[in-house]
Amino acid sequence: MVTLDYIDKYSGIDSIIHRRDPRATIIAFTLFILCIMFTRPESFLAFALYGAFIFVLILLSKIPIIYIIRRATVIVPFVLLIAIFIPFLKKGESSEEINIAYEGVMVFWNVVAKSLLSILCMILLMSSIRFPSFLKALEELRIPKLIVMILSFTYRYIFVIRDEFQRMIRAKESRSPGIKRWFNIKMLANMVGVLFIKSYERGEAVYLAMCSRGFDGTMRTMQNNRFAKSDLYFLLTFVTTLTSIRIIGSL
Amino acid sequence: MKDDFGYAPDSVRDAIAVDGLVYHYPDGNEALRSISFKVKEGESVALMGPNGAGKTTLFLHINGLLTGSSGKVEIFGNTINGKKSLREIRRKVGVVFQNPDDQLFCPTVYDDVAFGPLNYSFSPEEIDQRVYDALNSVGLSGFEERISHHLSFGEKKRVSLATILTMKPEIILLDEPSSNLDPRARRKIIELIKILEATKVIATHDLEMALELCERGIIMDDGRIVADGKIRDILQNKALLEDHGLEVPYSLSCSNSAVK
Repeated sequence: MVTLDYIDKYSGIDSIIHRRDPRATIIAFTLFILCIMFTRPESFLAFALYGAFIFVLILLSKIPIIYIIRRATVIVPFVLLIAIFIPFLKKGESSEEINIAYEGVMVFWNVVAKSLLSILCMILLMSSIRFPSFLKALEELRIPKLIVMILSFTYRYIFVIRDEFQRMIRAKESRSPGIKRWFNIKMLANMVGVLFIKSYERGEAVYLAMCSRGFDGTMRTMQNNRFAKSDLYFLLTFVTTLTSIRIIGSL
Repeated sequence: MKDDFGYAPDSVRDAIAVDGLVYHYPDGNEALRSISFKVKEGESVALMGPNGAGKTTLFLHINGLLTGSSGKVEIFGNTINGKKSLREIRRKVGVVFQNPDDQLFCPTVYDDVAFGPLNYSFSPEEIDQRVYDALNSVGLSGFEERISHHLSFGEKKRVSLATILTMKPEIILLDEPSSNLDPRARRKIIELIKILEATKVIATHDLEMALELCERGIIMDDGRIVADGKIRDILQNKALLEDHGLEVPYSLSCSNSAVK
Protein backbone atom coordinates (compact mmCIF):
# COMPACT_ATOMS: atom_id res chain seq x y z
CA MET A 1 0.00 0.00 0.00
CA VAL A 2 1.24 3.48 -0.81
CA THR A 3 2.01 5.39 2.30
CA LEU A 4 -0.24 8.39 2.02
CA ASP A 5 1.32 10.03 5.04
CA TYR A 6 4.25 11.04 2.97
CA ILE A 7 2.68 12.95 0.14
CA ASP A 8 5.02 15.77 1.08
CA LYS A 9 7.66 13.61 2.69
CA TYR A 10 10.70 15.51 1.40
CA SER A 11 9.16 18.94 1.73
CA GLY A 12 11.29 19.71 4.75
CA ILE A 13 14.66 19.69 3.00
CA ASP A 14 16.51 22.93 2.50
CA SER A 15 17.35 23.43 -1.15
CA ILE A 16 17.21 26.10 -3.80
CA ILE A 17 13.86 24.70 -4.96
CA HIS A 18 12.38 24.30 -1.49
CA ARG A 19 13.28 27.83 -0.50
CA ARG A 20 11.14 29.35 -3.25
CA ASP A 21 7.83 30.99 -2.53
CA PRO A 22 5.28 28.21 -3.20
CA ARG A 23 3.56 30.44 -5.75
CA ALA A 24 6.73 30.70 -7.82
CA THR A 25 7.18 26.92 -7.80
CA ILE A 26 3.56 26.31 -8.74
CA ILE A 27 3.63 28.80 -11.62
CA ALA A 28 6.98 27.47 -12.86
CA PHE A 29 5.87 23.86 -12.93
CA THR A 30 2.49 24.68 -14.44
CA LEU A 31 4.28 26.49 -17.26
CA PHE A 32 6.61 23.55 -17.62
CA ILE A 33 3.73 21.10 -17.96
CA LEU A 34 1.93 23.34 -20.46
CA CYS A 35 5.15 23.62 -22.44
CA ILE A 36 5.48 19.84 -22.54
CA MET A 37 1.87 19.50 -23.62
CA PHE A 38 2.23 21.89 -26.53
CA THR A 39 5.42 20.41 -27.94
CA ARG A 40 5.02 18.54 -31.22
CA PRO A 41 5.55 14.79 -30.75
CA GLU A 42 8.22 14.68 -33.50
CA SER A 43 10.63 16.98 -31.68
CA PHE A 44 12.46 14.22 -29.86
CA LEU A 45 15.30 16.55 -28.98
CA ALA A 46 12.96 18.83 -27.05
CA PHE A 47 11.65 15.90 -25.01
CA ALA A 48 15.18 14.77 -24.26
CA LEU A 49 16.03 18.28 -23.09
CA TYR A 50 12.91 18.46 -20.94
CA GLY A 51 13.99 15.21 -19.35
CA ALA A 52 17.46 16.59 -18.75
CA PHE A 53 15.99 19.77 -17.26
CA ILE A 54 13.83 17.78 -14.84
CA PHE A 55 16.88 15.73 -13.91
CA VAL A 56 18.81 18.91 -13.09
CA LEU A 57 15.87 20.23 -11.06
CA ILE A 58 15.70 16.97 -9.09
CA LEU A 59 19.43 17.22 -8.37
CA LEU A 60 18.99 20.83 -7.25
CA SER A 61 16.09 19.89 -4.99
CA LYS A 62 18.21 17.24 -3.22
CA ILE A 63 15.24 14.86 -3.25
CA PRO A 64 16.46 11.25 -3.64
CA ILE A 65 15.91 10.24 -7.25
CA ILE A 66 14.87 6.75 -6.13
CA TYR A 67 11.95 8.27 -4.27
CA ILE A 68 10.75 10.15 -7.35
CA ILE A 69 11.04 7.06 -9.53
CA ARG A 70 9.18 4.98 -6.99
CA ARG A 71 6.35 7.49 -6.85
CA ALA A 72 6.22 7.63 -10.62
CA THR A 73 5.90 3.86 -10.89
CA VAL A 74 2.64 4.12 -8.98
CA ILE A 75 1.03 6.30 -11.64
CA VAL A 76 2.75 5.16 -14.84
CA PRO A 77 0.94 1.80 -15.16
CA PHE A 78 -2.40 3.62 -15.33
CA VAL A 79 -1.13 5.87 -18.10
CA LEU A 80 0.27 2.90 -20.02
CA LEU A 81 -2.98 1.03 -19.66
CA ILE A 82 -4.90 3.88 -21.23
CA ALA A 83 -2.26 4.75 -23.82
CA ILE A 84 -1.87 1.19 -25.07
CA PHE A 85 -5.38 1.26 -26.55
CA ILE A 86 -5.03 4.60 -28.29
CA PRO A 87 -3.20 3.29 -31.40
CA PHE A 88 -6.06 0.90 -32.00
CA LEU A 89 -8.78 3.44 -31.47
CA LYS A 90 -7.20 6.18 -33.51
CA LYS A 91 -8.36 6.20 -37.12
CA GLY A 92 -5.62 6.98 -39.61
CA GLU A 93 -6.47 9.30 -42.43
CA SER A 94 -4.47 7.25 -44.88
CA SER A 95 -5.56 3.73 -45.68
CA GLU A 96 -2.03 2.41 -46.20
CA GLU A 97 -1.33 -0.04 -43.42
CA ILE A 98 2.20 1.05 -42.63
CA ASN A 99 1.01 4.62 -42.28
CA ILE A 100 -1.65 3.74 -39.73
CA ALA A 101 0.88 1.85 -37.66
CA TYR A 102 3.26 4.77 -37.72
CA GLU A 103 0.56 7.26 -36.73
CA GLY A 104 -0.61 5.01 -33.93
CA VAL A 105 2.88 4.60 -32.56
CA MET A 106 3.40 8.34 -32.72
CA VAL A 107 0.22 8.94 -30.74
CA PHE A 108 1.31 6.34 -28.22
CA TRP A 109 4.74 7.94 -27.89
CA ASN A 110 3.13 11.35 -27.63
CA VAL A 111 0.89 10.33 -24.73
CA VAL A 112 3.50 8.33 -22.87
CA ALA A 113 6.35 10.84 -23.18
CA LYS A 114 4.22 13.81 -22.24
CA SER A 115 2.49 12.15 -19.32
CA LEU A 116 5.72 10.72 -17.98
CA LEU A 117 7.39 14.13 -18.03
CA SER A 118 4.34 15.80 -16.51
CA ILE A 119 4.13 13.17 -13.77
CA LEU A 120 7.77 13.78 -12.89
CA CYS A 121 7.04 17.52 -12.74
CA MET A 122 4.05 17.01 -10.46
CA ILE A 123 5.97 14.71 -8.15
CA LEU A 124 8.81 17.15 -7.91
CA LEU A 125 6.39 20.00 -7.29
CA MET A 126 4.46 18.16 -4.58
CA SER A 127 7.56 16.99 -2.79
CA SER A 128 9.16 20.41 -2.69
CA ILE A 129 6.28 22.25 -1.00
CA ARG A 130 4.62 21.47 2.30
CA PHE A 131 1.05 20.63 1.49
CA PRO A 132 -0.45 23.34 3.73
CA SER A 133 1.73 25.97 2.01
CA PHE A 134 0.68 24.54 -1.34
CA LEU A 135 -2.95 25.12 -0.41
CA LYS A 136 -2.25 28.63 0.80
CA ALA A 137 -0.37 29.40 -2.40
CA LEU A 138 -3.26 28.13 -4.52
CA GLU A 139 -5.51 30.48 -2.64
CA GLU A 140 -3.17 33.41 -3.19
CA LEU A 141 -3.12 32.53 -6.87
CA ARG A 142 -6.88 33.15 -6.87
CA ILE A 143 -7.90 29.52 -7.29
CA PRO A 144 -11.56 29.41 -6.15
CA LYS A 145 -11.75 28.97 -2.38
CA LEU A 146 -14.22 26.13 -2.72
CA ILE A 147 -11.68 24.03 -4.60
CA VAL A 148 -8.94 24.86 -2.12
CA MET A 149 -11.28 23.92 0.73
CA ILE A 150 -12.11 20.60 -0.89
CA LEU A 151 -8.40 19.86 -1.31
CA SER A 152 -7.74 20.91 2.26
CA PHE A 153 -10.43 18.67 3.72
CA THR A 154 -9.31 15.81 1.54
CA TYR A 155 -5.78 16.18 2.82
CA ARG A 156 -6.96 16.40 6.42
CA TYR A 157 -9.39 13.49 6.36
CA ILE A 158 -7.96 11.01 3.89
CA PHE A 159 -5.72 9.68 6.66
CA VAL A 160 -8.54 9.56 9.17
CA ILE A 161 -10.70 7.64 6.72
CA ARG A 162 -7.87 5.32 5.78
CA ASP A 163 -7.24 4.57 9.46
CA GLU A 164 -10.92 3.90 9.94
CA PHE A 165 -10.91 1.51 7.02
CA GLN A 166 -7.84 -0.29 8.26
CA ARG A 167 -9.44 -0.77 11.66
CA MET A 168 -12.49 -2.23 9.97
CA ILE A 169 -10.34 -4.57 7.86
CA ARG A 170 -8.47 -5.69 10.96
CA ALA A 171 -11.69 -6.28 12.88
CA LYS A 172 -13.02 -8.27 9.97
CA GLU A 173 -9.90 -10.34 9.56
CA SER A 174 -9.71 -11.16 13.22
CA ARG A 175 -13.11 -12.78 12.87
CA SER A 176 -12.56 -14.50 9.56
CA PRO A 177 -9.09 -16.01 9.61
CA GLY A 178 -7.95 -17.88 6.55
CA ILE A 179 -10.70 -16.71 4.24
CA LYS A 180 -9.27 -15.51 0.99
CA ARG A 181 -9.85 -11.88 0.26
CA TRP A 182 -11.22 -12.55 -3.17
CA PHE A 183 -14.26 -14.34 -1.80
CA ASN A 184 -15.11 -11.44 0.42
CA ILE A 185 -16.12 -8.91 -2.17
CA LYS A 186 -19.58 -8.71 -0.70
CA MET A 187 -18.16 -8.02 2.73
CA LEU A 188 -15.86 -5.43 1.23
CA ALA A 189 -18.82 -3.74 -0.42
CA ASN A 190 -20.59 -3.58 2.94
CA MET A 191 -17.52 -2.08 4.52
CA VAL A 192 -17.25 0.57 1.85
CA GLY A 193 -20.91 1.39 2.49
CA VAL A 194 -20.33 1.76 6.21
CA LEU A 195 -17.30 3.88 5.51
CA PHE A 196 -19.36 6.13 3.30
CA ILE A 197 -22.00 6.64 5.99
CA LYS A 198 -19.33 7.26 8.61
CA SER A 199 -17.71 9.88 6.40
CA TYR A 200 -21.04 11.49 5.76
CA GLU A 201 -21.73 11.74 9.47
CA ARG A 202 -18.26 13.04 10.10
CA GLY A 203 -18.94 15.74 7.55
CA GLU A 204 -21.94 16.84 9.57
CA ALA A 205 -19.96 16.82 12.81
CA VAL A 206 -17.19 18.88 11.24
CA TYR A 207 -19.70 21.35 9.89
CA LEU A 208 -21.18 21.79 13.37
CA ALA A 209 -17.69 22.32 14.78
CA MET A 210 -17.05 24.96 12.12
CA CYS A 211 -20.32 26.74 12.81
CA SER A 212 -19.70 26.75 16.53
CA ARG A 213 -16.60 28.80 15.84
CA GLY A 214 -18.45 31.42 13.87
CA PHE A 215 -18.24 29.92 10.35
CA ASP A 216 -20.80 31.58 8.10
CA GLY A 217 -20.00 30.11 4.71
CA THR A 218 -16.98 32.23 3.85
CA MET A 219 -13.57 30.72 4.39
CA ARG A 220 -11.13 33.26 5.78
CA THR A 221 -7.42 32.64 5.87
CA MET A 222 -4.25 34.52 6.62
CA GLN A 223 -1.96 35.43 3.76
CA ASN A 224 1.64 35.12 4.75
CA ASN A 225 3.76 33.95 1.83
CA ARG A 226 6.24 36.50 0.61
CA PHE A 227 7.29 36.79 -2.99
CA ALA A 228 10.98 37.71 -2.92
CA LYS A 229 13.30 38.92 -5.64
CA SER A 230 15.01 35.54 -5.76
CA ASP A 231 11.64 33.99 -6.61
CA LEU A 232 11.35 36.31 -9.57
CA TYR A 233 14.85 35.33 -10.75
CA PHE A 234 13.93 31.69 -10.34
CA LEU A 235 10.83 32.14 -12.47
CA LEU A 236 12.74 34.07 -15.13
CA THR A 237 15.46 31.43 -15.35
CA PHE A 238 12.81 28.76 -15.57
CA VAL A 239 10.94 30.48 -18.37
CA THR A 240 14.16 31.22 -20.29
CA THR A 241 15.22 27.58 -20.09
CA LEU A 242 11.84 26.39 -21.30
CA THR A 243 11.81 28.86 -24.18
CA SER A 244 15.31 27.87 -25.30
CA ILE A 245 14.40 24.20 -25.18
CA ARG A 246 11.40 24.88 -27.39
CA ILE A 247 13.46 26.88 -29.84
CA ILE A 248 16.21 24.24 -29.99
CA GLY A 249 13.61 21.51 -30.30
CA SER A 250 11.83 23.10 -33.25
CA LEU A 251 15.06 23.70 -35.22
CA MET B 1 -36.23 24.74 39.10
CA LYS B 2 -34.59 26.51 42.00
CA ASP B 3 -31.02 27.54 41.75
CA ASP B 4 -30.03 27.42 45.37
CA PHE B 5 -27.79 24.43 44.67
CA GLY B 6 -24.58 26.06 43.57
CA TYR B 7 -22.29 28.21 45.61
CA ALA B 8 -22.86 31.32 43.51
CA PRO B 9 -24.88 33.98 45.32
CA ASP B 10 -28.18 35.14 43.84
CA SER B 11 -26.72 38.48 42.82
CA VAL B 12 -24.56 36.76 40.18
CA ARG B 13 -26.23 36.85 36.77
CA ASP B 14 -27.29 33.76 34.88
CA ALA B 15 -24.84 32.67 32.18
CA ILE B 16 -27.14 30.01 30.77
CA ALA B 17 -30.87 29.80 31.29
CA VAL B 18 -32.71 26.96 29.60
CA ASP B 19 -36.46 26.84 29.97
CA GLY B 20 -38.76 24.02 28.85
CA LEU B 21 -36.53 22.97 25.97
CA VAL B 22 -37.92 20.21 23.75
CA TYR B 23 -36.15 18.71 20.76
CA HIS B 24 -37.10 15.94 18.37
CA TYR B 25 -34.62 14.15 16.15
CA PRO B 26 -35.47 14.32 12.44
CA ASP B 27 -36.84 10.76 12.74
CA GLY B 28 -39.35 11.95 15.35
CA ASN B 29 -37.70 10.51 18.47
CA GLU B 30 -37.70 12.84 21.41
CA ALA B 31 -34.14 13.74 22.38
CA LEU B 32 -34.87 16.45 24.93
CA ARG B 33 -38.09 16.41 26.91
CA SER B 34 -38.66 19.74 28.56
CA ILE B 35 -35.25 20.60 29.94
CA SER B 36 -34.99 23.52 32.36
CA PHE B 37 -31.96 24.66 34.30
CA LYS B 38 -29.82 27.68 34.98
CA VAL B 39 -26.10 28.11 35.31
CA LYS B 40 -24.68 31.12 37.13
CA GLU B 41 -21.70 32.99 35.78
CA GLY B 42 -18.45 31.40 36.93
CA GLU B 43 -20.03 28.11 37.96
CA SER B 44 -18.61 24.73 37.00
CA VAL B 45 -21.33 22.21 36.34
CA ALA B 46 -20.93 18.51 35.55
CA LEU B 47 -23.54 17.11 33.20
CA MET B 48 -23.69 13.38 33.78
CA GLY B 49 -25.79 10.61 32.40
CA PRO B 50 -25.69 7.40 30.41
CA ASN B 51 -24.88 7.25 26.70
CA GLY B 52 -27.69 8.69 24.65
CA ALA B 53 -29.11 10.74 27.49
CA GLY B 54 -29.05 13.88 25.35
CA LYS B 55 -26.01 15.66 26.77
CA THR B 56 -24.41 16.45 23.44
CA THR B 57 -27.76 17.47 21.94
CA LEU B 58 -28.25 19.86 24.83
CA PHE B 59 -24.81 21.36 24.15
CA LEU B 60 -25.69 21.94 20.53
CA HIS B 61 -28.71 23.95 21.69
CA ILE B 62 -26.73 26.11 24.09
CA ASN B 63 -24.46 27.04 21.19
CA GLY B 64 -27.39 27.67 18.85
CA LEU B 65 -26.40 24.86 16.51
CA LEU B 66 -29.80 23.25 17.01
CA THR B 67 -33.08 24.90 17.89
CA GLY B 68 -35.70 23.10 19.89
CA SER B 69 -39.30 22.74 18.81
CA SER B 70 -40.33 24.58 21.97
CA GLY B 71 -38.76 26.24 24.96
CA LYS B 72 -36.01 28.79 24.99
CA VAL B 73 -32.32 29.18 25.68
CA GLU B 74 -30.89 32.41 27.06
CA ILE B 75 -27.19 33.27 27.17
CA PHE B 76 -26.50 36.13 29.56
CA GLY B 77 -30.13 37.10 29.26
CA ASN B 78 -30.16 37.15 25.44
CA THR B 79 -32.47 34.72 23.74
CA ILE B 80 -30.95 32.84 20.83
CA ASN B 81 -32.76 33.97 17.72
CA GLY B 82 -31.72 35.38 14.41
CA LYS B 83 -28.36 35.33 12.70
CA LYS B 84 -26.87 38.32 14.48
CA SER B 85 -27.46 37.01 17.97
CA LEU B 86 -26.14 33.60 16.85
CA ARG B 87 -22.82 35.10 15.85
CA GLU B 88 -22.48 36.91 19.14
CA ILE B 89 -23.57 33.86 21.14
CA ARG B 90 -21.15 31.53 19.38
CA ARG B 91 -18.32 33.86 20.26
CA LYS B 92 -19.37 33.80 23.90
CA VAL B 93 -20.05 30.07 24.05
CA GLY B 94 -17.28 27.69 23.00
CA VAL B 95 -17.91 23.98 22.51
CA VAL B 96 -15.10 21.45 22.69
CA PHE B 97 -16.46 18.40 20.92
CA GLN B 98 -15.70 14.89 22.05
CA ASN B 99 -13.85 13.76 18.95
CA PRO B 100 -10.86 16.00 18.20
CA ASP B 101 -10.86 14.79 14.60
CA ASP B 102 -14.16 16.62 14.17
CA GLN B 103 -12.86 19.73 15.84
CA LEU B 104 -9.54 19.94 14.01
CA PHE B 105 -10.34 20.17 10.33
CA CYS B 106 -7.51 22.32 9.01
CA PRO B 107 -4.16 21.11 7.68
CA THR B 108 -2.06 22.77 10.38
CA VAL B 109 -2.54 23.47 14.07
CA TYR B 110 -2.15 27.20 13.44
CA ASP B 111 -4.98 27.27 10.89
CA ASP B 112 -7.25 25.42 13.27
CA VAL B 113 -6.57 27.60 16.27
CA ALA B 114 -6.87 30.74 14.13
CA PHE B 115 -10.12 29.59 12.51
CA GLY B 116 -12.44 31.12 15.10
CA PRO B 117 -10.74 34.54 15.36
CA LEU B 118 -10.51 34.72 11.55
CA ASN B 119 -14.27 34.34 11.34
CA TYR B 120 -14.62 37.33 13.62
CA SER B 121 -12.26 39.41 11.48
CA PHE B 122 -9.67 40.38 14.02
CA SER B 123 -6.47 42.02 12.79
CA PRO B 124 -3.64 39.66 11.77
CA GLU B 125 -1.49 40.79 14.72
CA GLU B 126 -4.33 40.16 17.14
CA ILE B 127 -4.91 36.71 15.63
CA ASP B 128 -1.22 35.80 15.88
CA GLN B 129 -1.22 36.90 19.50
CA ARG B 130 -4.38 34.96 20.32
CA VAL B 131 -3.07 31.79 18.68
CA TYR B 132 0.20 32.13 20.54
CA ASP B 133 -1.56 32.70 23.87
CA ALA B 134 -4.01 29.85 23.37
CA LEU B 135 -1.33 27.32 22.43
CA ASN B 136 0.81 28.56 25.28
CA SER B 137 -1.98 28.10 27.79
CA VAL B 138 -2.52 24.48 26.76
CA GLY B 139 1.23 23.88 26.93
CA LEU B 140 1.74 23.40 23.20
CA SER B 141 3.81 26.45 22.25
CA GLY B 142 5.68 25.93 19.01
CA PHE B 143 3.10 23.51 17.60
CA GLU B 144 1.80 26.08 15.09
CA GLU B 145 3.15 24.42 11.96
CA ARG B 146 2.46 20.85 13.08
CA ILE B 147 0.04 18.83 11.03
CA SER B 148 -3.07 17.82 12.95
CA HIS B 149 -3.14 14.16 12.00
CA HIS B 150 0.42 13.68 13.21
CA LEU B 151 -0.46 14.68 16.78
CA SER B 152 -1.08 12.23 19.59
CA PHE B 153 -4.63 11.89 20.86
CA GLY B 154 -3.85 13.85 24.02
CA GLU B 155 -2.28 16.64 21.99
CA LYS B 156 -5.29 16.72 19.69
CA LYS B 157 -7.55 17.15 22.70
CA ARG B 158 -5.45 20.02 23.96
CA VAL B 159 -5.36 21.70 20.55
CA SER B 160 -9.15 21.34 20.45
CA LEU B 161 -9.32 23.23 23.71
CA ALA B 162 -6.98 25.88 22.28
CA THR B 163 -9.24 26.36 19.25
CA ILE B 164 -11.93 27.46 21.71
CA LEU B 165 -9.68 29.52 23.96
CA THR B 166 -8.63 31.79 21.07
CA MET B 167 -12.19 33.06 20.97
CA LYS B 168 -11.92 34.05 24.65
CA PRO B 169 -15.35 32.59 25.38
CA GLU B 170 -17.25 33.36 28.55
CA ILE B 171 -18.91 29.96 28.63
CA ILE B 172 -17.08 26.76 27.75
CA LEU B 173 -18.94 23.54 27.07
CA LEU B 174 -16.72 20.46 27.21
CA ASP B 175 -17.99 17.19 25.79
CA GLU B 176 -16.18 14.25 27.39
CA PRO B 177 -12.85 16.07 27.75
CA SER B 178 -11.14 13.11 29.42
CA SER B 179 -12.43 10.22 27.31
CA ASN B 180 -9.88 7.89 25.72
CA LEU B 181 -6.95 9.58 27.41
CA ASP B 182 -4.19 7.85 29.33
CA PRO B 183 -3.83 8.93 32.98
CA ARG B 184 -1.08 11.43 32.28
CA ALA B 185 -2.91 13.12 29.40
CA ARG B 186 -6.11 13.03 31.47
CA ARG B 187 -4.38 14.69 34.40
CA LYS B 188 -2.97 17.35 32.08
CA ILE B 189 -6.35 18.22 30.60
CA ILE B 190 -7.99 18.29 34.05
CA GLU B 191 -5.37 20.75 35.28
CA LEU B 192 -5.95 22.88 32.19
CA ILE B 193 -9.71 22.93 32.68
CA LYS B 194 -9.31 23.69 36.37
CA ILE B 195 -7.59 27.02 35.73
CA LEU B 196 -9.91 28.19 32.94
CA GLU B 197 -11.62 31.39 33.92
CA ALA B 198 -15.03 30.87 32.43
CA THR B 199 -18.39 29.35 33.17
CA LYS B 200 -17.90 25.66 32.51
CA VAL B 201 -20.33 22.88 31.73
CA ILE B 202 -18.68 19.48 31.40
CA ALA B 203 -20.52 16.50 29.97
CA THR B 204 -18.80 13.39 31.22
CA HIS B 205 -18.87 9.83 32.48
CA ASP B 206 -15.62 10.42 34.29
CA LEU B 207 -17.20 10.98 37.69
CA GLU B 208 -13.87 11.30 39.48
CA MET B 209 -13.10 14.21 37.22
CA ALA B 210 -16.56 15.69 37.76
CA LEU B 211 -15.96 15.52 41.48
CA GLU B 212 -12.63 17.25 41.13
CA LEU B 213 -13.64 20.03 38.74
CA CYS B 214 -17.24 20.87 39.54
CA GLU B 215 -19.17 22.04 42.55
CA ARG B 216 -22.52 21.23 41.03
CA GLY B 217 -23.81 18.19 39.18
CA ILE B 218 -26.75 17.57 36.90
CA ILE B 219 -27.86 14.08 35.95
CA MET B 220 -29.64 13.61 32.66
CA ASP B 221 -31.34 10.49 31.46
CA ASP B 222 -33.59 9.88 28.49
CA GLY B 223 -33.84 13.57 27.62
CA ARG B 224 -34.77 14.73 31.10
CA ILE B 225 -32.95 16.26 34.03
CA VAL B 226 -33.39 13.81 36.88
CA ALA B 227 -31.18 15.40 39.51
CA ASP B 228 -29.48 18.72 40.11
CA GLY B 229 -27.48 19.55 43.20
CA LYS B 230 -24.14 19.70 44.95
CA ILE B 231 -21.79 17.31 43.26
CA ARG B 232 -20.92 15.42 46.45
CA ASP B 233 -24.55 14.88 47.38
CA ILE B 234 -25.32 13.57 43.93
CA LEU B 235 -22.30 11.32 43.62
CA GLN B 236 -22.95 9.76 47.02
CA ASN B 237 -26.54 8.90 46.17
CA LYS B 238 -26.03 5.28 45.22
CA ALA B 239 -29.64 4.52 44.32
CA LEU B 240 -29.96 7.57 42.10
CA LEU B 241 -26.71 6.90 40.24
CA GLU B 242 -27.43 3.25 39.64
CA ASP B 243 -30.90 4.04 38.38
CA HIS B 244 -29.31 6.10 35.63
CA GLY B 245 -26.44 3.94 34.49
CA LEU B 246 -23.80 5.51 36.70
CA GLU B 247 -22.01 4.39 39.85
CA VAL B 248 -20.60 5.97 42.98
CA PRO B 249 -16.98 7.01 42.29
CA TYR B 250 -14.45 4.78 43.95
CA SER B 251 -12.95 7.61 45.97
CA LEU B 252 -16.34 8.42 47.52
CA SER B 253 -17.40 4.83 48.15
CA CYS B 254 -14.10 4.24 50.01
CA SER B 255 -14.37 7.31 52.20
CA ASN B 256 -18.01 6.48 52.91
CA SER B 257 -17.36 3.01 54.15
CA ALA B 258 -14.48 4.35 56.18
CA VAL B 259 -16.83 6.80 57.87
CA LYS B 260 -19.42 4.14 58.51
